This record gives sequence, structure tokens and C-alpha cells, in this order.
Amino acid sequence: MAEETKNNDDVTRRQFFAKLGLGSLSIAAIGTAAFSYQYLEPNVLYEPSPVVNVGKPDRYPLDSVTLDVNNAIYIIHSQQGYFSLSAVCTHLGCLTAWKPELGIIACPCHGSKFDEDGRKIEGPAPKPLPWKRIWINDDGDLLVDRSTDVPPLAPDSFVRV
Amino acid sequence: MAKTVNQRFEALRGTHVWRSIFRSGIGSSTLKRALAIQQNVFLHLFYTKVRTRILGFSATWYLGALTFGTFLLLVATGIPLMLYYHPSVPQAYADTKDLQFVVSSGLFLRNLHRWSAHAMVFLVFAHMFKVFYRGAYRTPREFNWVIGVILLLITLLLSYTGYLLPWDQLAYWAITVGSNIASAVPLFGNKIHFLLLGGNAVNANALLRFYVLHCMILPLTAIFFLAIHFWRIRKDGGLYTHSSEPAVLRTQAANAGGNPGIPTSAATPKEAQ
Repeated sequence: MAEETKNNDDVTRRQFFAKLGLGSLSIAAIGTAAFSYQYLEPNVLYEPSPVVNVGKPDRYPLDSVTLDVNNAIYIIHSQQGYFSLSAVCTHLGCLTAWKPELGIIACPCHGSKFDEDGRKIEGPAPKPLPWKRIWINDDGDLLVDRSTDVPPLAPDSFVRV
Repeated sequence: MAKTVNQRFEALRGTHVWRSIFRSGIGSSTLKRALAIQQNVFLHLFYTKVRTRILGFSATWYLGALTFGTFLLLVATGIPLMLYYHPSVPQAYADTKDLQFVVSSGLFLRNLHRWSAHAMVFLVFAHMFKVFYRGAYRTPREFNWVIGVILLLITLLLSYTGYLLPWDQLAYWAITVGSNIASAVPLFGNKIHFLLLGGNAVNANALLRFYVLHCMILPLTAIFFLAIHFWRIRKDGGLYTHSSEPAVLRTQAANAGGNPGIPTSAATPKEAQ
């Protein structure tokens, strides 16, 4: 008799447990995918600090462009003061070099050219070289934060001694 | 009376141990020879019977077989190279130099690995062009073309990941440039770059990740798809020959009074197993 009164929408015990099982497996699969993704993403990086000490300002004479190869930045002493440029080409990440005879910054990989304010003269680089935050600490050393970009040529982007 | 070498071999093939490994039994009948192929875990991917004409140079140029040959060479030379190579920043470059100048036969193994890698990339492309210009990608072989494209990508990724391992200037800047190309992917570019390198720059994590990809993940993936690639040759009607071309199949079907349609593996029932 119970069979006759059963609604078509009713779920049998077998179907219910099948759905329960598949649902649990799906949740477990999604969870595994999420944990796998998290596992692949390192939480702690043993990379060099973005803040670097580049020494006393008098190391950099007026109107000079100095490439710090190890930190991949330029320290430039201009009439307005000291500022720092990233030396990493905005095209594909090669290390650029200052060409004193031409007065430009050039990339050896694909020929991008920049002026000493970081402005793009010639591609394929899509963007100018970013300016980096620079300041002087209590010991009188210049510090550069390579992880922080500052607006080019803005008064606050320079350090005056 | 002394037995000949051949008689000794026949006796060996009749022993219980031999028969437990190769169950098809001795004999040169067509059935026994077919069973020897069909009951072998590696060879069963292929036909039990192939006409020698189909294996001729003009039909295949052996480009696929040569590509597989270079792959086997790369596995055979890569594993011994792993015994002297540490995927760590202080040691990687020194180990590579040791392999070049200090380890016995290291120079030979490393160069064999290097040149086989170059040859494999060349042969994969040659194989692809041959398949393309002969039209061998057409129905029913279109899925095997897709598998082939996956294998091409795996080959290029194997080449790319192996490029970093010597940890010299060339490797470092090539991977810097290459991984920055990956960041050009819309939306997820920087995420892919970060996950690929295991950090923000090409460093110890990147070296280790590329090593694991190069020595474990990519070769195993390649073997997986290679098995499907070979098996599909049989399932899709065998090696592509002149007689597999649609025009020829249509003519055959018309001559037989059949319906000229899309050629399927059923069109060559004797060869499609």
C-alpha cells in the first residue's frame, strides 16, 4: 500500500545515500583542490628584503647615474636631489644598463631605451622604469624600498641632503 | 652431441619459467607471432599484424618513431645525470661544470642529453608538418592530432624547464624572460608567474620547481599521453598510408558498390583491430 501512495518526487533510500555519497565526494574534491592550490603557494619567501641600504649620499656625485647591480636599482643624483629608479626592464625583466656615452638607459635583451628619468625613449618596453621610494635614515644612509613605486618627478620622490 | 645455439635457445623458450613470462608459446605460425605481440604489455598498443610495406620509409619517414627514440635516449641519459646534479643554488652550476670536466663520461652523457633534446624538438615539428601536409589529421584521426599537440607542448615545456637547470647566466635570464611572458596572461598572469617560480624572482624555489617538473611531472605526463598516442594509431585504422587517403577510400567504396562517405576505421576492417 505504501508503494501506491508514493509520490514520484520522493527519493528512495538508495538514491538518497547515492546523493549523500556523491555530495560528500564533491565537497572533498573541491577541498582537495583548494588545499593543493594553497600548498603550491609559498607562505614564507626566503627572498632578499625589498628595502636596501645603498650607503652614504656622498658616494653619488652630482649629475651621476649609478647602477646597483646586486639590487637592480639606479641611484641618480640630479639637480633636484637623489632619486631611485628600478633597473628591471618593464618589457620582460632583464637588467638594464646605463650608457654614459649616450646618456641613456638601455636593455641588452630586446633593445628598449629609457632616459635618466626612466621615461621610455624606444620600445618594446610598454612602460617607463618605475621610481622607487628613497629616504635617509638616522645614520645618514640612503635607503630604497624596491617594493614601493612613487610618482616620477614628484617633489616627494626626491631626497635632498 | 653438442647442441647448436639455436637449439639451446629453443629449449630455453620451452622452459616453465620462460613460458610463465611469455605465454604465447614457441612456433612461427601467424597465430603464435600475433599472440607474441598481443600478449606483451608494451607491444599490445600496436597491431598484432602489420604489412611490411606500411612500415616502409616512404610511408612514415619514421619521424614519430625517431621522436620516441630521442625521448628514450633522454630518459636513459637524464637519470644518470640526476645522480651528480643537486638542484640547489650554491651547487647547481658547480655540478654542471663537474659533469662537463670531472665526472667520467659526464661530458658524453650531458651532451647526448642536450643534443637529443634539440633533436626531439626538431623531430616533433617535422612529424607534425608531415602529418599536416599529408592530411593525416583528418577523420578518424583528429583526436590523435589533439593528443599530438599536447605532446608538442609537453616537449617544449621539458625543453624550457631543462634550460634553467645549469643555473648559468643564459639559463637565469632565459627563465626570467620566459616567466615574465607567462605574466602576460590576462587576469591570472601574475599568479601563474608566482606559482611557476614559487616566489617573485628566479631563485632557489624556482630551480627546485623546474627540477621536479623536468624530472618527474612532465616525463610521466609525456609517457601517459604517448601511450594514448600509440594506441590511437591502431584504433584509428593504422599508420596513415596512400590507401588511407579519403579520395582512395571513396574510389574503393564506389568500386565495391558501397556508399562513399566519411572514411572510418570500419572502412578498413582487416587492418582496424
